[in-house]
Amino acid sequence: MPVPAIWTEGLEKHFGSVHALRGVDLEVASGEFFGLLGPNGAGKSTLINILAGLTRASAGHARICGHDVLTDYRRSRQALGVVPQEIVFDPFFSVREILRIQAGYFGLKGPENDRWREELLAALMLEDKADANMRALSGGMKRRVLIAQALVHRPQVVILDEPTAGVDVELRASLWVFIRRLHAEGHTIVLTTHYLEEAEALCDRIAILKDGRIAALDRKQALLRRAVHKTLTVTTAEVMRSVPPGLQDKVKKVAEHCVELSLHKGVDSIPGILETLRTAGYTIVDLATEEADLEEVFLELTQGRP
Amino acid sequence: MIGFRTLLYKEVLRFYKVFLQTILAPIITALLYLVVFSSTFKGRPDILPGVSYLAFLVPGLMMMSMIQNAFANSSSSLIQSKIAGNLIFILLSPLSTFEFFLAFIGAAVVRAFLVALGIYVAAIVFVAMPMRHPVYLVLFALFGSGALGALGIIAGIWSERFDQLAGFQNFVVVPLSFLSGVFYSLRSLPPIWQTLSKMNPLLYMIDGFRYGFFGLSDVSPLASLGIVIAFFAVISILALALVARGYRLRN
Repeated sequence: MPVPAIWTEGLEKHFGSVHALRGVDLEVASGEFFGLLGPNGAGKSTLINILAGLTRASAGHARICGHDVLTDYRRSRQALGVVPQEIVFDPFFSVREILRIQAGYFGLKGPENDRWREELLAALMLEDKADANMRALSGGMKRRVLIAQALVHRPQVVILDEPTAGVDVELRASLWVFIRRLHAEGHTIVLTTHYLEEAEALCDRIAILKDGRIAALDRKQALLRRAVHKTLTVTTAEVMRSVPPGLQDKVKKVAEHCVELSLHKGVDSIPGILETLRTAGYTIVDLATEEADLEEVFLELTQGRP
Repeated sequence: MIGFRTLLYKEVLRFYKVFLQTILAPIITALLYLVVFSSTFKGRPDILPGVSYLAFLVPGLMMMSMIQNAFANSSSSLIQSKIAGNLIFILLSPLSTFEFFLAFIGAAVVRAFLVALGIYVAAIVFVAMPMRHPVYLVLFALFGSGALGALGIIAGIWSERFDQLAGFQNFVVVPLSFLSGVFYSLRSLPPIWQTLSKMNPLLYMIDGFRYGFFGLSDVSPLASLGIVIAFFAVISILALALVARGYRLRN
């Protein structure tokens, strides 16, 4: 059986009286594009920090590519690249110096590594700023340097903690092209993001953390099927003066000739709803259904939203 | 080894990039002390037989500057990296506790040696400085600045704010370095102050370093060297323990 890229068992973390992680068991297969979602304070960053060796777990074990993050930290860190959430940088150095130094920490030098760093600079569109001091870069460029720093040692596993927070649309798109390329080249990618459409578009499997526990962990499609609601949009020939009483608790939006209803799967029947509308004197012109997206699943799981 | 060498290089490059502040400024400060004190005490009887007061001051000022700059280097680098958040790049790397420790004190020692060399070169323009025991000179400089580099690691890790570090520097390191016989001989003090001064490990660094130049000292140089090495060992063990535990570094 192949060694998982990430493996944790019973991970617990206490910060004083705060119980940040409550027994997290997780396995991410090699080569996966994995999403780690959850509201603020759910424990995502704590989990990432434990995997990276930045925080010590109160209990449990964690391994990167089979290497324990505590007892075999040298090899686990060699296998892991982390793009931190905060934009942090060393103001003393230029981009090129920063990358050379970071590679050196991992014991890397020589022409092959020099070429890889130049490739990274080119792929992340940092060539023009390679000799500029970090202080002179824009926020988006600093973010790209953080990604380059995480990749200088060609880690098998790359964790991106909110990589597109505060990044403009164009840069975000170019970052995703680059990250998809890394994934296609065989890297395991773990992504945390608040942009759920990004996770929906990119990730094969998704874990949703809530209050330090894994509230859901499944393939993306299976997770989407868990949604208990879907949307029915009905267009009527008549102006929608008032929604019939039996449907009022399902209304999401009403327009002149249109009503948008939230249906509970397995409870509400579309023919029954259409019949209610016809009985109220409306002629159905068109109808459309839309399955829940990841955002709705996320809200149902994390906030218990009906 | 590449990891350690890279961190050492980065730490040296960090202070080199601001050498006006980290190298030149302490040299100028030491030379100002030299000018002011040697003018003030001109004509005063020699403290050590056959050694002018100006010459007497030079090793003390060299060692005091080494002590202060070694401490400042490791402590300021650590606290700046902690507060700016860029320490994460070192913590994410596979560097060991010992490599981390050795690179930080290595850079502290390099800065201390450069400052001391600058003071020496400027001083010999004005006063002849013999070098009777160069091995002692190197050993006291190495272990003295190494110990303060290690103390800087402890202070940098312990401090969570710049004012806490400034407190450590202003209320511990500076008083101990000034009250360690830079400007006077231990024998010139009243007995109670002699006893208190002997509890200051920095005194042995300066006295031993001075022995390296003149072959004369208040305390036996071997005893001083033993005390300085023991101090270095104790502080280093403490610093290594903090780094290994990840105290205030790895939450």
